[in-house]
Amino acid sequence: MSRRGRLALFGVAAAGLGVVLVHGLVGLPAFGDFHGRYGLLLAHVAVPERKATDIVNSITYDYRGVDTMGEEFILFASAIGLVIVLRRMRGEHRDERADERADEDRPGRRHDDLPDDRHAQTSVALRVFGLALVGPVLVLGVYFASQGQLTPGGGFQGGVILAAALVLVYLAGRYHAMARLRPVPVVELAEGLGAAGYAAIGVGGLISGSSFLLNFVPQGAMSNLPSGGTIALLSAVVGLEVAGAFTLVFAEFMDQRLLTGGRR
Amino acid sequence: MSFLPYAVAAWLLLVGLYGVISSRNLLHLILCLSVVQASTYVLLLAIGYRTGAKAPVFADIPPGTHVVDPVVQSLTLTDVVVEATVTALLLALALQAHKRFGTVDPDEIVSLTG
Repeated sequence: MSRRGRLALFGVAAAGLGVVLVHGLVGLPAFGDFHGRYGLLLAHVAVPERKATDIVNSITYDYRGVDTMGEEFILFASAIGLVIVLRRMRGEHRDERADERADEDRPGRRHDDLPDDRHAQTSVALRVFGLALVGPVLVLGVYFASQGQLTPGGGFQGGVILAAALVLVYLAGRYHAMARLRPVPVVELAEGLGAAGYAAIGVGGLISGSSFLLNFVPQGAMSNLPSGGTIALLSAVVGLEVAGAFTLVFAEFMDQRLLTGGRR
Repeated sequence: MSFLPYAVAAWLLLVGLYGVISSRNLLHLILCLSVVQASTYVLLLAIGYRTGAKAPVFADIPPGTHVVDPVVQSLTLTDVVVEATVTALLLALALQAHKRFGTVDPDEIVSLTG
């Protein structure tokens, strides 16, 4: 179908979709006047029952823990799928010299040696700030991943911040340093442990005599760090998995720079 | 006036879909898809909002205070991170398509060649 034909068909379909959307959306309760029973109930019972003050994370990891397990496995499958899609194809080989060219500040190398635009040295300010920020960002990531049951945060956000710390290492200069810091087997192990750990904690609920993903660990006192039972454990495990997945994704994309050859 | 947040969600959906349909670049197409996903987040959070209520974190407010709906916030929270990984997978597919076909124009990528 020609491009114009496709756009015309889309115009008709979008008009129909727009009418249905507006008709549906005006039937919703007025903005700000939501009477969702489930949310109202949970806002009252979640804190006394679980002793965790952040009820969004109570819902994520306890009341709706099964949904989060599904989401976590989507993330796991996407990361694995990406590794498979970006596998080395027939004819491609890893160019070890590209490794050297990527490491652009080797002492003694003159700038007019380099054939392409990797001339520009990374600015000193970027490198200094990048390295200086790695430590604080790591601490911030661990803080977020571990405090999910008390304040907004939790495993998903903490895991992304932890992966960002590794990206900072790459920005601060050396691809080699980043390659050494994220040996791929370790990252894959972390990701697998995270995904399996969630299911394992869920099975712990089964073993303790009741249902899957039951909050079987003692709840602790409110506003203390060890409160909320399995919420903190699941949050930490999800943080591990998300950090592993994002690091793996980023590493795969970076490795693509080094592949040459292949069939066209 | 109270229809405006829902209208924003509907607009984002339609604009994102138009971007996907009329795109000439796979990367642009994937980013338009994430605009469509963003429209669902806006819709979810707009539905759960309660006027004059606080955030559903009881670390500093007494339990029993009127809060916004926490269930939709939980849904959005997990969705944002998962969407980022799925977008990464789509970008990897675009990268391999470029390697295989030499172009990222969806109109020129002819599938199922021998």
